[in-house]
Amino acid sequence: MNASARAVSAGVVSGRVVSGADKPITIAILAMGGQGGGVLADWIVSLAEAEGWMAQSTSVPGVAQRTGATIYYVELMRAKDGHAPVLSLMPTAGDVDVVLASEFMEAGRSMLRGLVTPERTTLIASTHRAYAVGEKEVPGDGTGDPEAVVTASDVAARHSIAFDMQRLAEENGSVISSVLFGALAGAGVLPFSRAAFEAAVASGGRGVEASLRAFGAGFARAAEGASDPVARAPGKDLPAPPASVGVPALDALLARIHGLPEPLRPMLYAGVRRVVDYQDPAYGAKYLDRMAKLIASDEAAGGGQAGHAFSLAAAKYLAGAMAYDDVIRVADLKTRASRFDRVRRELAAADEQIVYTTEFMHPRMDEVVASLPVGLGRFLENRPRLFAALDRLVNRGRRVKTGNIGWFVTLYVLAGLRPRRRGLLRHGREMAHIEAWLGLAEAVLPRDYALATEILACRRLVKGYSDTHARGLSKFDRVLAAVPTVADLPDAAGWLRRLRQAALMDEKGEALEGALRTIASLRDDAEIRTGG
Amino acid sequence: MAERSFAREVEDLRLGAGEVFRGEGILAITKALLQSGVAYVGGYQGSPISHLMDVLADARPVLDELGVHFESSASEAAAAATLAASVNYPLRGAVTWKSTAGTNVASDALTNLASSGVEGGALIILGEDYGEGSSIPQERSHAFAMKSQIWLLDPRPNLPSIVAAVEQGFELSEASNTPVMLEVRIRACHVHGQFVAKDNRPPAFTMKQALENPVRDVNRIVLPPASFGHDREKIAHRWPAAQAFIQERGLNEFFGPDAEVGIILQGGMYNSVIRALQLLGLADAYGETQIPLYVLNVTYPLVDDEVARFAAGKSAVLMVEEGHPDYLEQALNSILRRRGVPAVVSGKDVLPMGGDYTPAVILAGIETFLSTHAPERLGNRPPVPTAAPVLADPRVKALEKVVPARPAGFCTGCPERPIFAAMKLVEQELGEHHIAADIGCHLFSILPPFNIGGSTMGYGLGPASASAFANAGAGKRPISVMGDGGFWHNGLSTSVGNAVYNKHDGVIMIVDNYYSSATGGQDIMSSRASNPDRSTNNPIAKAVEGIGARWVRQIDRTYDVAKMRDTLKEALTSDVEGPKIIVASSECMLNKQRRVKPQFAKAVADGRRMVKERFGVDEDVCTGDHACIRLSGCPSLSVRHTADPLRDDPVASIDDTCVACGNCGEVAEAAVLCPSFYRADVILNPTGADRWLARVRRGVIGWLQRRRDSRRVTFA
Repeated sequence: MNASARAVSAGVVSGRVVSGADKPITIAILAMGGQGGGVLADWIVSLAEAEGWMAQSTSVPGVAQRTGATIYYVELMRAKDGHAPVLSLMPTAGDVDVVLASEFMEAGRSMLRGLVTPERTTLIASTHRAYAVGEKEVPGDGTGDPEAVVTASDVAARHSIAFDMQRLAEENGSVISSVLFGALAGAGVLPFSRAAFEAAVASGGRGVEASLRAFGAGFARAAEGASDPVARAPGKDLPAPPASVGVPALDALLARIHGLPEPLRPMLYAGVRRVVDYQDPAYGAKYLDRMAKLIASDEAAGGGQAGHAFSLAAAKYLAGAMAYDDVIRVADLKTRASRFDRVRRELAAADEQIVYTTEFMHPRMDEVVASLPVGLGRFLENRPRLFAALDRLVNRGRRVKTGNIGWFVTLYVLAGLRPRRRGLLRHGREMAHIEAWLGLAEAVLPRDYALATEILACRRLVKGYSDTHARGLSKFDRVLAAVPTVADLPDAAGWLRRLRQAALMDEKGEALEGALRTIASLRDDAEIRTGG
Repeated sequence: MAERSFAREVEDLRLGAGEVFRGEGILAITKALLQSGVAYVGGYQGSPISHLMDVLADARPVLDELGVHFESSASEAAAAATLAASVNYPLRGAVTWKSTAGTNVASDALTNLASSGVEGGALIILGEDYGEGSSIPQERSHAFAMKSQIWLLDPRPNLPSIVAAVEQGFELSEASNTPVMLEVRIRACHVHGQFVAKDNRPPAFTMKQALENPVRDVNRIVLPPASFGHDREKIAHRWPAAQAFIQERGLNEFFGPDAEVGIILQGGMYNSVIRALQLLGLADAYGETQIPLYVLNVTYPLVDDEVARFAAGKSAVLMVEEGHPDYLEQALNSILRRRGVPAVVSGKDVLPMGGDYTPAVILAGIETFLSTHAPERLGNRPPVPTAAPVLADPRVKALEKVVPARPAGFCTGCPERPIFAAMKLVEQELGEHHIAADIGCHLFSILPPFNIGGSTMGYGLGPASASAFANAGAGKRPISVMGDGGFWHNGLSTSVGNAVYNKHDGVIMIVDNYYSSATGGQDIMSSRASNPDRSTNNPIAKAVEGIGARWVRQIDRTYDVAKMRDTLKEALTSDVEGPKIIVASSECMLNKQRRVKPQFAKAVADGRRMVKERFGVDEDVCTGDHACIRLSGCPSLSVRHTADPLRDDPVASIDDTCVACGNCGEVAEAAVLCPSFYRADVILNPTGADRWLARVRRGVIGWLQRRRDSRRVTFA
């Protein structure tokens, strides 16, 4: 993901206040059930009524109150000579003055519904994201790109105000409706004074003080006009390696990094940090040994001109592969002082409060065997009945209370196995797997640079623990097994990339199956054409 | 009652003559009932009329003062049958439910009620759940009105009109001895508006008077030959009486000048028609229209004389009738042809057959209608608002691929989530099964991430809808799901009784969350709260055992995913004959939080030792596969992108809306996912003993941590 964040352009701030003289002022609120869109609609209604206007709001809550997308619609108009206006219960596309969106993709939805048009609409949206199930459940990255919403609002809205209202609400101990209401006031589109807005909030009763604080924050941001930048993901943390950290063993590694091509150094540094943290400086040296060899192959294949894409991918994925997830790693991460601090920080626990954590673990005999020395591990694996009997002892969910001395020491001892890791059954298998993977990439490299790079990137498929890990591994194997097939096709790298993307789309690998079938048929066609 | 107070709304019910009521449509109806001297009210909750029931349930003192009987009926059938009180006595009664779902359930009683006819005004308030955002099949209540001869009111969707319709409805019912349905569409139920209140009126004749002076009239009983008499009475007396009343009292309204064309519309369509005309430059925002309108606040029966009078001298009329079939348009044609009125009837030829009649849809229809029959009317008009150019822009179109579908789902901490997580785990082991679903929150299992359930047949009918698969001799058993609401609504007999009697070899999962949750958290028979006005705490397991079920398992903590999974497996493999029934119980989290949160906050403020729980994910342990999310879908369990350059995929993350239900930990454990989940217990107001123990632990653990950190050679 590129890190270049884009801000919603503020457009021309017209200063236009909607008059509501011969037609009603129309306001649509797009929210998710449970976000308080109803409260916001109520505030707008009571604001208008207190100012002597007629106000009508409608909604279709029903089942939508449970996390679904929902629309509240408000119209405001004065009575004339005792005649009440006839107000609509539904918005009309192209006829909406203000759209308030309490989440950024809901702002996108408002545009898809035609509620935002350049002649009329002020779009006020929170830039924060609440991912939908469809975005979250994808094994890879299924999140929608918010930059598309920015691009569209540049086209669709008369004027946009977009900033992270969720954060502002949290900072002020309130809810997003308060900030949105403040932004509506600050946008200056309704013919009501700030004091009138605040009176509407104050008449609400509970939590008035915090609501007014959040209202004020929203008002200030909207009045100031600048929008927050949005990006699908934050930038990656890739600092250049320092010359020295004052520890001889580490400085030796840094010196080696500085001897390698400059564009590769930040990623190599990130990789070295990971594997040293995982094991020790010698393991870092091993990583750099492998990398030196790969970089040499890369340069031999002309990688200097390709921006060392092959080496960059190798530096990134090899570090992840070498720092594979095992019991020792988990025990190590769970027992660190820094982790204890982080948990307290995330909970915003006050000093006098006591925090204990309970870990949900489910060890199986497979994990135990993997953590045994090679000989003993193999011995047990070759005795299925013994293995099964032991599994019955081991295999169950365990609530590990990391804050209790007994449990802590258990994990601490496990983490203490780290120096012996290289002699354990799992390590041997992981290293063999890495060699096979790198071997394949290196073999392809002289023939097809892009394809070799893609082979490295397929490592992304290997993740998780137990069944998830097995599933990831099987996808990895299936994708790499297709390398000989795609190698003959034009744009082989593109095909492998598509396979990898397909593998990340669903759990069972149905998309991957489909993609593999497509490739098989393409190949058959090619064979028919060439008479093969 | 649900853990929500309607005290403020109850105050609205006390408003007196001349005071201005400001609030929601359905609440205005509730107030109108009391202004009309209603003697009894019943109903079955459901969107969009739940609020009427909820407020009355909390309004005991107001109702007692007036002498009004209120009950939460067991079903819409029970509610409709309640109206029998108006058959022999001059008692005004009202019942309410969600239509057409509830009207279907009620129709047996409605048929008999309509046949008998009524002495006192009988009003049925229908929350018409039609159109976008509806949660039920798309049908019209109109058909029920026609088949049983019940009058149907469809007032203009503003509070004064709706309130007037309640009062007129009772009078119409009494004038024509016929029950009356008052249809209020979902947006009108939730519309905020105002009307000038009247004083509440105690019933002119009371339930007590009726019981003490019983009346019996064999001609009112649905039994031959009286039932044939009823049919004659409907044609010869009730129908003409209704038409006369509607005309005399001006229930239908005429707007605008006379012209060569006109529009006939359902009252509920009025605001959208005016908006459409306004956008065409043919009306102003206050309803001053250049095109004559005939507004049917009563859509059944039609008043032939009025229809003919409106259409006479016009070249064409447009019928704006939402939904299909086009009952009204057909009726118009019959009336006008019969009377030789030549006006062309337009309607579904220029308007869509189905779907919401939004202002934009009506605008397009009127435009087409006028361009055929009165094109000069479309002369000087303002540009019609449109989003078409914006929607055609590729940069806006690109959003289609980006904006995710966001259907409703289980709430944060919902106790039903672990039931379906367990079901998914069982399916991973035993393969996919035929799963019959029901109506209720548990229906969200049909959506991602669970994707469980193959059919829904109606409320309390889940297990009955699997009955054809009862004894197929297959290697797999059908599974059916039903909620506690559906169970008490009719599932006990229709589904469980049916299964027991027919020795149904399937699994029945009854989801018991202590409330009728999907409709707003009302109490039901098995609710665990004690309710002074109702009998609660009647266990479902006892009920099913009482009607002969032999294999019954009660699970009192649905969050125990492993136990849920094992019990389900046992049910699918047990060799006991007949249905295998699992009652899975945990309190609805929405209601539980409403109940517990204030108590917790108060205890903390009082300085009592309290433990606050929350779940978290260790970011560096999580590998970003999201298997946990595929077994949960909890709104508080989401993903987060990291700044780690070695990772591509976002990691799981739990936000501070987490209520620590424990589902993610339990699932991770039962499904052997990953060890990244943890539960954090924060001890608020710790005791001296807590602090001492924490110091000791911190001392030992801190020493060990410092020891390891000092030996670790690593970049900072």
